[in-house]
Amino acid sequence: MNHHVVSTRLYTAVFIALLALTVTTVAVSKVELGELNLVVAMTIAVVKAMLVVMFFMDVRRASSLTKLFVIAGLFWMAIMLVFLVSDYVSRGWLPGPRWF
Amino acid sequence: MAHSEATLVASNSNLRHHFDDTAQQFESSTLGMWVFLVTEIMFFGGMFGAYTVYRQLYPDAFASTSRFMNVTIGAINTAVLICSSFTMVLAVRSAQLGKKKALILFLVATLILGCVFLGVKYTEYHEKWIDHHIPGPYFQYADSRYFHQAQILFFLYFAMTGMHAIHMIVGAGLLTTLIVMAARDRFSSAWYTPVEMIGLYWHFVDIVWIFLFPLLYLIGHTK
Repeated sequence: MNHHVVSTRLYTAVFIALLALTVTTVAVSKVELGELNLVVAMTIAVVKAMLVVMFFMDVRRASSLTKLFVIAGLFWMAIMLVFLVSDYVSRGWLPGPRWF
Repeated sequence: MAHSEATLVASNSNLRHHFDDTAQQFESSTLGMWVFLVTEIMFFGGMFGAYTVYRQLYPDAFASTSRFMNVTIGAINTAVLICSSFTMVLAVRSAQLGKKKALILFLVATLILGCVFLGVKYTEYHEKWIDHHIPGPYFQYADSRYFHQAQILFFLYFAMTGMHAIHMIVGAGLLTTLIVMAARDRFSSAWYTPVEMIGLYWHFVDIVWIFLFPLLYLIGHTK
């Protein structure tokens, strides 16, 4: 297999970034930000997941077909979560966001 | 052409006859693994959906049960899992370069870190067992207002972290298999597909925890 081998330096940089983001998310959780706490925590989690998917799972160099499958999986999960929550909120079973 | 194909097949016993070459075979394995991981995304996605609904439905009970989640232990376990993902990519890299000793070393390191995670998880579960925080007939909760709601939230905690832990146990078994195969010289820089695929699985399990950690341990505290 003629796979281009990634340098240890790149992996180490991603590893340190993941640890730094973990420290950041714990530190931010100690600060009272109201609804923003959830937003910040989830944004950091998504960034961490993206780093793992792109560099450790090497999706950035995967074939277009593999990328399509990954995106389709995430899209279908988004359908499940968004429709689930919108159903509950629109029936008044869950408190919606303030602008709703 | 026919001659070169024949030598290629003869030189690599791992190439199955229905593939043109090793690159195509590897590509198929990667795609197949990702299809499996997509089903796993949907599987965990259902539980994340249930969690979202019940957290919104019972915000006060959620704030109450969040106090029993130990952030320090959760953060340490997050770091342990990130370290194990790092050793896993280094294992895959060693396999790509055909370095057998380094491959076995990094696989063993990944296995040890996975076991450390499960050990820490055990102490957390044990603490909840002692406190009667396991949903069921022996469930007890200090704040009687939230007796039923807290049970649902603890159930979700155990369902999500429990399914994650089962995936870790399966991963530990897969890593053990890889270590045995590597020790028996089954891998080379020309064929290391199982190392790469189990690496994908291991990183996926890491990603699940990357989302579980803030949702279960962090966001309830400031409510």
